Amino acid sequence: MSEKDTDQGKRQFLVAATTVAGGVAAGAAAVPFVASMLPSERAKAAGAPVEVDLSTLAPGERVTVEWQGKPVWIVRRTKDMLDAIRGNDGNVADPQSKKKMQPAYATNEMRAIKDEYLVVVGICTHLGCSPVSKFAKQAEAFDPNWQGGFYCPCHGSLFDLAGRVYKNKPAPDNLVVPPHKYLSDTRIVIGEDSKGA
Amino acid sequence: MAATPKEPVQFSGAGPLNAPIGGLLTWVDQRFPLMSLWRDHLSQYYAPKNFNFWYFFGGLAMLVLMIQIVTGIFLVMHYKPSAAEAFASVEYIMRDVPMGWFIRYMHSTGASAFFIVVYLHMFRGLMYGSYRQPRELIWIFGMLIYLSLMAEAFFGYLLPWGQMSFWGAQVIINLFDALPLIGPDLSTWIRGDFVISDATLNRFFAFHVIALPLVLLGLVAAHIMALHEVGSNNPDGVEIKKHKDAQGRPLDGIPFHPYYTVKDMVGVVVFLFLFFLVVFFAPEMGGYFLEFNNFIPADSLKTPPHIAPVWYFTPYYSILRAITEDFMLVLAIGVAAYVVLIWLTTRDVRVKLAASVIGIAVIVLMIGGPLAIEAKVWGVAAMGAATLIFFLLPWLDRSPVKSIRYKGPLFKTALTIFVIVFLVLGYYGTQTVTPAGTLISQVGTLIYFSFFLLMPWYSAMDKTKPEPDRVTM
Repeated sequence: MSEKDTDQGKRQFLVAATTVAGGVAAGAAAVPFVASMLPSERAKAAGAPVEVDLSTLAPGERVTVEWQGKPVWIVRRTKDMLDAIRGNDGNVADPQSKKKMQPAYATNEMRAIKDEYLVVVGICTHLGCSPVSKFAKQAEAFDPNWQGGFYCPCHGSLFDLAGRVYKNKPAPDNLVVPPHKYLSDTRIVIGEDSKGA
Repeated sequence: MAATPKEPVQFSGAGPLNAPIGGLLTWVDQRFPLMSLWRDHLSQYYAPKNFNFWYFFGGLAMLVLMIQIVTGIFLVMHYKPSAAEAFASVEYIMRDVPMGWFIRYMHSTGASAFFIVVYLHMFRGLMYGSYRQPRELIWIFGMLIYLSLMAEAFFGYLLPWGQMSFWGAQVIINLFDALPLIGPDLSTWIRGDFVISDATLNRFFAFHVIALPLVLLGLVAAHIMALHEVGSNNPDGVEIKKHKDAQGRPLDGIPFHPYYTVKDMVGVVVFLFLFFLVVFFAPEMGGYFLEFNNFIPADSLKTPPHIAPVWYFTPYYSILRAITEDFMLVLAIGVAAYVVLIWLTTRDVRVKLAASVIGIAVIVLMIGGPLAIEAKVWGVAAMGAATLIFFLLPWLDRSPVKSIRYKGPLFKTALTIFVIVFLVLGYYGTQTVTPAGTLISQVGTLIYFSFFLLMPWYSAMDKTKPEPDRVTM
């Protein structure tokens, strides 16, 4: 068959149709590979709620527990610490906790169910480092008027004792308050809350 | 069918064996393009005769790639890619595997050596205008190699499962978290879990030992094929193909083999001398090649008091940290000034309008109150832009000459300042955050981007010297 007899329109259509069909097939072939990289059923099943006994936690101290592989801090705040938080509204970016970084029952002045206990995920909202406790009220290299709180060693973000982020720091948001509830005065469950709370 | 008829290969080397070796080569050559590959890429690839010290680093980068592949294969024989066993298996390699310490130190030193060699190779390109037309694709392939190398180094760094491995990966993966809309799902997909875990370690192992080495080898092949298509640049930045002899060979070219193979061997010996000095006497390099905190097993509940990436990432890390909320106004003013500069110096109305629309959109996203994107996202964007902006170099440089030998004082000053700023940013990236360090990083970030973004102006305005017709020695 000579070149003249070729039906060019038909040939173009067949080339285009084959390209489209092949492209769709190639795209579909990527699905199992992309999907295989999602969290596995085992990873999804991990992360059950954690129960913590607070009776041995001294005032002014912090305990770290693991929930969903993340550090959760519980700080038993003293009256001095609570006063420091009240006087710190001017330094922090979101003093009223307007952004939803906490459940509704912790959207208050102290970002807690009970003022005495701060419960936050100890992961900086910037890039996920775990900040360091700097509870003492004293001049620090990063802030001469330091009121006590947390300092992130990675990029210098600061948080006060209610987990509120300081203004003009790399971290955009307050520390996350995880869902939690009290079973008794000194027993707490992290990762679970009372319905409707 | 008979083999492809080709001229018999004349082998002239070992004396009495010439005839049988020639026969064997002829047999192979009639079935595989052996002699033409040899000629095109070695014995008759004509490279400019005036290569200097800076031309060692391309070959050395290939050498380090080979060191990494060979040592890597033997490390994989003993390493266990699981969160429970990884740290201990690395210590097992260091203590119990015969010569294991040696192979691992070659690999860890090789990682840093790779970046030293590649940074010097890139600096050579900046000096002599090796990215200029017609070598844009060589430069682009090279930049893709550089990006793949950064990914390769990043994935490999998680494998020892030390504290710096864990928290370094945590920070970098969380960069993706900052992206609007898809961020959190994307970072979960990359990790394969909600936190860095065994799943993350396993996939990083797969990327480090299979995926990226294949990509790197492919890109290196493309880089060299593109180079041999257009021919090498040289310290004078003039084309040697303009002057050819009667046989069509460049007058200023010499065959790569034996001239540059022999010269490169000298470079290899000197390089290996320095390389093994580090391997044997300072493999940790004061905490810069192997960070001290990485000798502590990964602990997901506790970030080390000071974390910094390995030295070769620190300039970009400084840029990431420099972008804070109060710096956004300065950046927005910078963007506005850039748009004004384009208005004042461009005639094309479409360019003016496009620059204004893009500029205003960026400014609104930077400081536009409720429309503004948070500084964290801009930090990630700036870090990404700092690596990607190198791709634009072939089109940013408007100088009539290629080589720094004939460029004027403006370009020489700009390049000098850029190198200093790159090193200063690198230094502050290894340090903890202080107000002074942040300020210096912010100034450095502005200078870093100015070097590229203002290049179309200062390279065109510069007072250049005329290029010679032929290369000089």
